Amino acid sequence: MKSYEILGQKDTRSGFGAGLLEAGKQNNNVVALCADLTGSLMMDAFKDAFPERFFQAGIAEANMMGVAAGLAIGGKIPFTGTFANFSTGRVYDQIRQSIAYSHKNVKICASHAGLTLGEDGATHQILEDLGLMKMLPGMTVINPCDYNQTKAATIAIAQHEGPVYLRFGRPKWPVFISEDTPFIIGKALMLNEGTDVSIFATGHMVWKAIEAGHILAEKGIHAEIINIHTIKPLDDAAVLASVQKTGCAVSAEEHQYNGGLGDSVAQLLARNYPAPMEFVGVNDSFGESGTPDQLMEKYGLTAQAIVDAALKSIARKG
Amino acid sequence: MTDANHPSFLPTMAQQVRRDILRMVHAVSSGHPGGSLGCADYLTALFFKYMKHQPQPFSMSGNNEDVFLLSNGHISPVYYSVLARSGYFPVPELATFRKLNTRLQGHPATHEHLPGVRVATGSLGQGLSVASGIAQQKKLDGDNSLVYVLTGDGELQEGQIWEAVMFAAHRKLDNMIVAVDFNQKQIDGSTEDVMGLTEWSSKFAAFGWQVLEMDGNNWDSIHQVLPQAQAATGNGKPVVIIMKTEMGMGVDFMMGTHAWHGKAPSNEQLESALAQLPVTEFGDY
Repeated sequence: MKSYEILGQKDTRSGFGAGLLEAGKQNNNVVALCADLTGSLMMDAFKDAFPERFFQAGIAEANMMGVAAGLAIGGKIPFTGTFANFSTGRVYDQIRQSIAYSHKNVKICASHAGLTLGEDGATHQILEDLGLMKMLPGMTVINPCDYNQTKAATIAIAQHEGPVYLRFGRPKWPVFISEDTPFIIGKALMLNEGTDVSIFATGHMVWKAIEAGHILAEKGIHAEIINIHTIKPLDDAAVLASVQKTGCAVSAEEHQYNGGLGDSVAQLLARNYPAPMEFVGVNDSFGESGTPDQLMEKYGLTAQAIVDAALKSIARKG
Repeated sequence: MTDANHPSFLPTMAQQVRRDILRMVHAVSSGHPGGSLGCADYLTALFFKYMKHQPQPFSMSGNNEDVFLLSNGHISPVYYSVLARSGYFPVPELATFRKLNTRLQGHPATHEHLPGVRVATGSLGQGLSVASGIAQQKKLDGDNSLVYVLTGDGELQEGQIWEAVMFAAHRKLDNMIVAVDFNQKQIDGSTEDVMGLTEWSSKFAAFGWQVLEMDGNNWDSIHQVLPQAQAATGNGKPVVIIMKTEMGMGVDFMMGTHAWHGKAPSNEQLESALAQLPVTEFGDY
């Protein structure tokens, strides 16, 4: 099992903030909107550097999505910023009609996704956003795993033509992807080659998958660990090649089973290469208040849960 | 053919647009004739006289030209008719309205690349936000052209409208002229009965907008108020025209009722309606 050095502990939303500033420097057409959460989204650096290109939308997310669509029509590249819950479910119809169906070049940037939002509780802990967004035709859906990857993804989506949903989180989390790792939309990132089971992980759960890989290695199991940062379009070739080699799969995500990465992988396998598969995620439940670690433990989003799922998936190979 | 500057040009064109609306809706037994007929004069005035726009080649960006958004997308028949007749796409294509594989979807869309349409509308309340984004982009780029948007009056019941009304005033989007189709009717009845808060002028004024009132079915009023609205731009406030119209205008049995909001005429009804709106020099599609 390949070892990954922890380069630091940083929140992915700060990676977004740094990436947005860089994207703004690279392209004058990059503009940003925020719904009264500028500090939480780490958008202050962009706002200070480009005040004329930053638009405070107030607590009015539906309008923010429409304004972003309008800005895109004349050639701007708008990045909207608010919590993931208010970036998706609250404004689904606005995204569907004004952005996705109208194919506007809007980057919907969503922080505080999932259980790791913590104490604010289930009203704010969206676990359905990946599903909501990936169902929209033409929407690119990205969930990076650490600070560096989030920064690189933010810069990459500014150069990508078309609507994008970029999901990231609140807590400090291990940084382990090197700064110079290229971010290629739709291209899975191989983290550890293995032969016994394919673990497909996204977002915060990628680090958990690496921890699980070490536990499995101690048991003599060689897990292949693949970082799926782009949920849609899924890197079909990478997923299929891995499962054809290992014969079984596990998905790991901070999201409901329904609609998430696991769903996408399972559909692909069912069509092309049916194989045993287990899912690590939230099982049709809302979250609750608690610390991020407590919540990840209670809802089964741990390295040990990935280990258990891997063992079960391997056992089912028969 | 009548010169575009002749006083009879716009009324004649509007009459032809009304014929298009009725024939399009009748042909597929679906669509929204009532509001379309009510707004035929205003859209004809915009597209054939007051907007500075370039139908060919169509530019999605709309940079350096006036742009129009139809927020109440269900009155697509009138929109499609004025787009075609002002040169955005061939007039005969109106015959494909709402048919399989058409670019003229039931509600306006960009997905099939119909020239003239810059964003999908139909789910109500969204067009004003998108228009505000265009107005903001034009300001950012130093583009002095205008953004026109039409909303329904029932549509003002959508909360997002008021988010946009706040945003546009706060951002001083004084390059935008919104017309509210004040026909006082919606699917379930009169707007006063459905949600009786329909004194709009004071509400927009309270939000910091410049408010004008116009009779959208009276050419004298249109020719008086639209230039006033244009002159009112650039003064730090967005402009709204509360535009009184008659749903079903031009067809006696379609006026004075909300029944024709979303209902197509039968063969006999079409014949009766067209008899009231004889074919013009511009010809049927």
